[in-house]
Amino acid sequence: MARFRRAYGAAPWHLLLLAGCFAVTGWIALRLAGGASAGRMLLWFLGAVIAHDLVLFPVYASLDRVLRGALGRGGVPSPLNHVRVPALGAGLLFLVYLPGILGLGDGTYLAATGLEPRVLLGRWLAVSGVLFGVSALLYAARRLAHRRRPSRPAG
Amino acid sequence: MPASPPPPDDAPSAAPAALWAGLARHRPPGVDAVDRAWRSPVRGPWLTSVFGAVLLATLPLVIVTGLLDWIAYGPRLGQALPRDVGWLHPPVFDWPTRPAWLFRVTQGLHVTLGIMLVPVVLGKLWSVVPKLFDWPPARSAAQLLERLSLLLLVGGILFQTATGLLNIQYAYLFGFDFYTAHWYGAWIFTAALVVHVVIKLPRMVTALRGPGFARTPLERTRPEPADPDGLVARRPGPATMSRRGVLALVGGGALLLAALTVGQSVDALRRTALLLPRGRRIGDGPTGFPVNRSAAAAGVTPEQTGPGWRLTLRAGDRTVALDRARLLALAQHTAVLPVACVEGWSTTQTWTGVRLRDLADLVGPVDPTTARVRSLERAGLFREAVLHGGQVTDPDALLALRVNGVDLSLDHGYPARIIVPALPGVHCTKWVAEIAFDG
Ligand code: HEM
Repeated sequence: MARFRRAYGAAPWHLLLLAGCFAVTGWIALRLAGGASAGRMLLWFLGAVIAHDLVLFPVYASLDRVLRGALGRGGVPSPLNHVRVPALGAGLLFLVYLPGILGLGDGTYLAATGLEPRVLLGRWLAVSGVLFGVSALLYAARRLAHRRRPSRPAG
Repeated sequence: MPASPPPPDDAPSAAPAALWAGLARHRPPGVDAVDRAWRSPVRGPWLTSVFGAVLLATLPLVIVTGLLDWIAYGPRLGQALPRDVGWLHPPVFDWPTRPAWLFRVTQGLHVTLGIMLVPVVLGKLWSVVPKLFDWPPARSAAQLLERLSLLLLVGGILFQTATGLLNIQYAYLFGFDFYTAHWYGAWIFTAALVVHVVIKLPRMVTALRGPGFARTPLERTRPEPADPDGLVARRPGPATMSRRGVLALVGGGALLLAALTVGQSVDALRRTALLLPRGRRIGDGPTGFPVNRSAAAAGVTPEQTGPGWRLTLRAGDRTVALDRARLLALAQHTAVLPVACVEGWSTTQTWTGVRLRDLADLVGPVDPTTARVRSLERAGLFREAVLHGGQVTDPDALLALRVNGVDLSLDHGYPARIIVPALPGVHCTKWVAEIAFDG
């Protein structure tokens, strides 16, 4: 037992559990392999991880770094989160409703709904504008409240 | 400085020790810079565990409602998609007709909850992302395998979310069969999730039992003591958001998505689904509710549905043909029923027509076991659907001729369509040409 642990790095049940997981995946891979679209599925599966870990995350983390550089020390109270929060909200909506916002999907949308696809870019911009607007108003209110109580310690 | 140093997790390197030690020594350029770049002081076991707990409570609902969708298609009648799934499937049963809102709720939940979890998943991934760039990538065979399973876990949830989101917005960019991909993706994800939960549950419970940070304001937000998993930044910067702020941000994102999605399933709120296809009515008036698959797309023409149209009823070798006037002369029944699409949207309307069991009576079988419904459509996956006995004999199971007091419109299935309580919309066949009863 102790020898197994030393060689493997964890208890036997750990290996059993993982073997079960890989067995399911392997069985599915064998089932799908050779099918006309198996390669595409694999591409989308791995592509999704790469798109998140090596594209989406670095992009938003870098943007945030730039933002922190620009606003981190600006003003009391800090405006940083009043930009971050609506930006993240707008980004989230874009990510989730992207096909509608960009009007992707040509014939299938019309066939399914009987309606011409509408590019919803304007709506997304409007909702995003509202998010930024509300955030700016809140910031203005906080600043005002802060000025009225000048004796409070900065935070 | 943390009071007690973290247990050095690279000390008891497992065999082949030389291999793992060598890997640890050969640090590729850049890993140290990346390691120093993690600054957020709120990353740590507590925040990750809160996200984990939320996902642990909600993901099973998404998984189960997804599997129910597959069952609702009727695997026993050979109608579930994908059809041939081997041994890998949940126990199957005949999908009930009651409560009538059953499918509306299960599938609405599947899609709406799936969408709401996007920010939670992103938050969870953000909280653990330093681990991805950790060096060495593994210190034992056990860790290596576990990391491989994490690829399945993360790939699984992202794949399911991406295919689901594209499907409900009719953008089939992926170019493979959605059913096959989403079905097998679900199993890969579920298996990896079970592994992850079993391995991490004790850690999560410990972290949540410890001192909480739900009330800590920004001024008092400090990093947690260094943890064995290395989630806590080694060189944390000053806090710019408290942990409760991060949670409010993620929760707010989920609520924002909910607010822009529920309109798909609630008629009174239809137009609030601002950015989704099902936030639109197709017109004013009693037949202006959303359509799935237009007559034009189905290739159904006004000539086929004109005065020459007949409904053929069959049972054994008995056949009866009825035109629309004769159908309207039969006993009419009105039912207020939701029609719920597999894509998660739904709408409640008032349908009027002939009970399916009355139609069965016209050709014979007292207790029909199945009814095979054929549409005028020539092609397409859903030009034919089989109903089981319970679905044929439900008192509200209708061949609808009218809706909301007017004739069906062509896009809603004129001259006649099936409406059965809790039956997925794709099986509520439109432009019905023939019903063959077995019994
Ligand atoms: C953890 C994530 C998810 C899991 C495990 C999961 C699982 C499932 C399963 C097992 C099915 C039945 C598939 C079949 O009948 O072949 C299903 C159907 C479906 N899922 Fe998901 N799902 C997930 C996330 C999502 C998300 C985020 C969305 C969309 C926003 C979504 C949209 C759909 C749709 C539209 C269907 C119905 C497809 C149809 O029958 O036409 N899913 N899901």
